Amino acid sequence: MAAEHTLGAVILAALVIYALSGGADYGGGMWDLLAMGPRAPRQRAAIEHAIGPIWEANHVWLILVIVVLFTGFPRAFATVMTALHIPMTAILLGIVLRGSAFVFRKYDAQDDAVHRRWSALFGAASFFTPLLLGLCLGALASGEIRVTDGRLSSGFFAGWTRPFAVACGLFAQGLFAFLAATYLTVDTEGEPALQADFRTRGLTSGLLLAPAAALAFILARDGAPHIFARLVSWWAPLLVAVTSACALGALVALWSRRFRLARAAAIGQVTCILLGWGLAQYPHIVVPDLTLSNTATVPSTLRALQTALAVGAVVLFPAFGYLFYVFKRRPALPPG
Amino acid sequence: MGSPTGRECGRGMTDFGFARSQMAVSLAFHIIFAAVGIGMPLLMATAEGLYLRHREAIYLDLAQRWARGTAILFAVGAVSGTVLSFELGLLWPRFMEFAGGIIGIPFSLEGFAFFTEAIFLGIYLYGWDRIPAVVHWLAGIIVAVSGMLSGVFVVTVNAWMNAPTGFEAVDGRVTKIDPIAAMLNPASLQQVIHMVLAAYVATGFAVAAVHAFFLLRDRTDAFHRRAFGIALAVAAVGIPLQIASGDLIARMVAERQPAKFAAMEAHYRTEAGAPITIGGIPDDAAMATRYGLRIPWGLSLLAKGDRRASVLGLEAIPRGDWPNTRIVHWAFDLMVGAGFAMLALAGWALWLWWRLRRVPDDQWLLRAVVVAGPLGLIAIEAGWIVTEVGRQPWIIYGVMRTTEAVAEMRGLVVPFVTFTIVYVFLSVILVYLLRRQFLETDPSATRRSWGGRPGVSRGG
Repeated sequence: MAAEHTLGAVILAALVIYALSGGADYGGGMWDLLAMGPRAPRQRAAIEHAIGPIWEANHVWLILVIVVLFTGFPRAFATVMTALHIPMTAILLGIVLRGSAFVFRKYDAQDDAVHRRWSALFGAASFFTPLLLGLCLGALASGEIRVTDGRLSSGFFAGWTRPFAVACGLFAQGLFAFLAATYLTVDTEGEPALQADFRTRGLTSGLLLAPAAALAFILARDGAPHIFARLVSWWAPLLVAVTSACALGALVALWSRRFRLARAAAIGQVTCILLGWGLAQYPHIVVPDLTLSNTATVPSTLRALQTALAVGAVVLFPAFGYLFYVFKRRPALPPG
Repeated sequence: MGSPTGRECGRGMTDFGFARSQMAVSLAFHIIFAAVGIGMPLLMATAEGLYLRHREAIYLDLAQRWARGTAILFAVGAVSGTVLSFELGLLWPRFMEFAGGIIGIPFSLEGFAFFTEAIFLGIYLYGWDRIPAVVHWLAGIIVAVSGMLSGVFVVTVNAWMNAPTGFEAVDGRVTKIDPIAAMLNPASLQQVIHMVLAAYVATGFAVAAVHAFFLLRDRTDAFHRRAFGIALAVAAVGIPLQIASGDLIARMVAERQPAKFAAMEAHYRTEAGAPITIGGIPDDAAMATRYGLRIPWGLSLLAKGDRRASVLGLEAIPRGDWPNTRIVHWAFDLMVGAGFAMLALAGWALWLWWRLRRVPDDQWLLRAVVVAGPLGLIAIEAGWIVTEVGRQPWIIYGVMRTTEAVAEMRGLVVPFVTFTIVYVFLSVILVYLLRRQFLETDPSATRRSWGGRPGVSRGG
């Protein structure tokens, strides 16, 4: 495989891991905002306990995506950041406010009113940031961001302001909320009432995903014709079948209280969805003008980047493994 | 700044001006957290190491309290650093299009260093009761080392902007790239040493100041005495090395960026046996600096190590390629002034320490340390202004002008104002929060919380 395709695969893999880890942290923030009922404070405690040690490390996957993109495909990076300047800036605000609010709440938790204010900011930022992330991915797939003579020619509103992109945004929100609720059912294993709260949330958000997915699919016909056309490829029915099986399996497992199975199925579902998007989009970074090949930098840098990533992976995966081993092996929530 | 070209024309601030201002605000904000993110883990791991060696609960308490401060500052540093990685493309897309393939490798390595730091900081902050004590301490050391490394990698990128090497460009398109040569450019070593030492010195003095403040209230407090001792030791060992590294970097700048060097020193006329000018008001029109204090041969000695050597003045550089002389000269003097003030203070403290054979607690010394607390951070901001404003009008020295790199986006006043408001808001909250963490290190509060707070149990 040529270097630019390997690097494209790395970007997609990093996005998948970001969705599975960082995405679930956003979902946690959403459920924090929606915490209700007699166990609302326990729900918040469970969320904080689950994401506290890992959210910063999870966040770095997004930075890795950005860095590999601008190192390997600088022209694509410049175009994406120009065309999506407005939603990207809003994403940054979301990232800053969410992270700050989360850590401020933790170290400023004396007074209930103050605590609620930080919670509200943390939750609100966790809600709108995934919407914008989805908008941006939808815009890349839409085919509306155009480059003429090496320069962006479609302005600053192309793609991300269309119904298809909005549907992608809503779908991303739903996916992250569903992932988080499913993870939290495992994280709260010691506390059945709390676990039942997250089970309900998982089932609700999981069911709501179906119409959101259908909406994105229908809108893709006009909103992302290139992607839509790809859905007749040989791999498409297979991937749709696996995705649906995972989605259905996750719901059934949640229903029948096999939470670890539900978590695995939800992970499979999100992975398949992003993989499908990646395959449908391949080899484009920005449909239809920018591809992996026509935006890749010189071979010497691509090789150096591959080496750097390989060396980094050797450090990174054991470290991540240890992090999750320490905090997710016995997730029992301390009694409140 | 520089000559008005293209988008700089017209009334008031332009989009170009707002792009530069937004970048300046973002970096000025982030650099504090980045520096403290390098310095704090060293203090925290030192305290825990001392606990493991001496088994005195006070060191464990100290490590845990410093860890709380580190947690808050690291989170803000992480998110403000993310903002910068996006802003490179949002505000300077032509720069990234040109340079991404050249300087991306150190950025990628920085990504992994940052990954490691975030992972082990999570383990450190939340793992007090979950992993063996020695492993926990090792996690702290990994945080300190990877934090330092991520600073190293990022600074090599900035060094490349000052000393661009490792590529060939034909008609504005990059053809040959040697990313390793770009990373190991001629400015890297000096800039890396200067920035890493700056981080340790600034953190050391800032933390020492906080504990000096509490020691002034109660000289018998063992907790603050130990804390003050560790922080002061880091600062006092670091500052003489930092002054020496300042000399290294000055020679490098004199050789490679004569315009920046001349602006730093407000030096207009090329002359042999040039004096050094401290303070004063540089006047570009008159090509002279008024009211400055002049030390004969100083500049020739500093730049070349020879009092008769000739030093290039701004007159040798086309007017359109001058940086803003006043900003660069004053920022440079501020940095150097702060540096020597810290050196004097460190000398005094070390002398007392050696004479008394214990952590010095002289009232006037403690007062001076409290006042000097922000000096290291001020020197970092000033030094960063010197290197960035001093490089103007170039974004890549001699290769690409800043005006050529800016985004086509209009209305950049909106993100500039938004981010400025957010950062001011965060700064206010942070000062308040950190103050509270410090106030909780008040001895009476220390004892009160000793039994109750989760995570403090291990040392009890």
